[in-house]
Amino acid sequence: MLPRNLFRKPHNQLEDLEGATSGHVPSVPDQLFSNCPSCRAMLAQDDLPASCYVCPKCGHHLRLGARKRLALICDPDSFQEMDAGLAGGNPLDFPDYADKLDKARKASGEAEGVITGIGKVDGISAALFAMEPAFMMGSMGAAVGEKITRLFEAATRQGLPVVGFTVSGGARMQEGMISLMQMAKTSGAVGRHGQAGLLYLAVLTDPTTGGVMASFAMEGDITIAEPGALVGFAGPRVIEQTIRQKLPQGFQRAEFLLEKGFVDLICDRRQLRDTLAHLLRLHGGEAQR
Amino acid sequence: MNAYDRVQAARAKGRPTAKAYIEALLQGFVELHGDRRYGDDPAVIGGIGYLAGKPVTVLAIEKGVDTQDKVRRNFGSAHPEGYRKALRLMEQAEKFHRPVLCLVDTSGAFCGIGAEERGQGQAIAENLSRLMELAVPVVSVVIGEGGSGGALALAVADQVWMLENAYYSVISPEGAASILWKDAGKAAQAAACLKLTAQDLRELGIIEEIIPETDPFGWLKEALPRTFEQYCAMSAQALLEHRYQKFRKIGGLSV
Repeated sequence: MLPRNLFRKPHNQLEDLEGATSGHVPSVPDQLFSNCPSCRAMLAQDDLPASCYVCPKCGHHLRLGARKRLALICDPDSFQEMDAGLAGGNPLDFPDYADKLDKARKASGEAEGVITGIGKVDGISAALFAMEPAFMMGSMGAAVGEKITRLFEAATRQGLPVVGFTVSGGARMQEGMISLMQMAKTSGAVGRHGQAGLLYLAVLTDPTTGGVMASFAMEGDITIAEPGALVGFAGPRVIEQTIRQKLPQGFQRAEFLLEKGFVDLICDRRQLRDTLAHLLRLHGGEAQR
Repeated sequence: MNAYDRVQAARAKGRPTAKAYIEALLQGFVELHGDRRYGDDPAVIGGIGYLAGKPVTVLAIEKGVDTQDKVRRNFGSAHPEGYRKALRLMEQAEKFHRPVLCLVDTSGAFCGIGAEERGQGQAIAENLSRLMELAVPVVSVVIGEGGSGGALALAVADQVWMLENAYYSVISPEGAASILWKDAGKAAQAAACLKLTAQDLRELGIIEEIIPETDPFGWLKEALPRTFEQYCAMSAQALLEHRYQKFRKIGGLSV
């Protein structure tokens, strides 16, 4: 006998949690107090930077904007941004895309979906990039691909390691094949950086999926993930629709990837800066103050 | 023909699949199986044969011809082990200085539990990196469907060609329509917006040649040996620089 719900859209438990692939962005709100999206504990806004935007009660890692993230990792006033004004247009004349870009710029306060530059981590110089979840969920179009490529090329020229924070729903559909080609382009630049004997530390944060996951997010010498981060090629909903079956608990979470052998370590955000500095030092990074 | 007509032509039953191209273009083809890591993915055919008297490695995504064959090949949606088989064979091609011919025909890399468990994204990423640095000529031909990352994993090439009615897209038109307008029925509209036809993509500088569908085998028999010869004459360094710059300039913004 056929199951009664054969034609019903499969329900995905992951979608109910903070940090599903797309849709609303549960970033840190502006109010004085907010509730932890995981355990509902009351969080005082002023205390969040000190706890690295991690819920002190349950350890849930709140989704974090690119600048806040860089501020947690870089030494004060050490970060020199590159290509700050570089922004994409609407190369395919895609309907409503220009409006979406405007909204994303207003929502995020950023020109594009990634911030790149050179800074210091505990005194060690590094090239850094951080993707911006409030900008169309860090989707990769021409500008994101170009900025990441330029960063790796600059790091190769200057002999610097790269530390990168990924958060992305994947390729930016509104730029069509131009966005898909950024996967090849960034992979080429990461490859040349690696051939020069330089270190790339990739930090996967919630969520890292699609074309970003299937390119530079998975090309680090050492791959670190934040606890609970959703990391996968296909989003959970797409998989459920394809195979018409419910996904197991914890599927595509950082802990699952660790178990399957696709990340090197899971690092709590409160220890992340020290861990990155330690790994940079293990690869010859020296503090210059 | 509008964009969506071409998408439907690319998916049409009876359209020649990769096997037909291998039979028409190569002599003495030997299929090589397995990724040496997990298994053998029938969605990807790999092997060696003579193309106009010279050995080449072929990496092809095969959808299957009859129902049983289609099921066995997962309708041309490869798993990580398919991409890793391709990786193994492209490295073997480099070792023996053989050019690589890729034939792309997939609606996309498979989305499933096993595919994710075995690192679909990592397998694709590794192919992109390796193809970018592979020191032998690579030509990729999209013969039917060019479905996103699953197609790109075999299409980081010195030349990318498409059949007249093939398509190559970041997302399926149905997928784009359901995300943008919550209506997969608007796929034709999405197909037009995505600029996924051979004509569109040549204008965007993403592919080099459009292959007429009147006699694709004849066209390729003439063009492939000539093109491989041209790239074989280049030093490895010049070849890789050419490939890097070809992709480097796509979406290059000036500020």
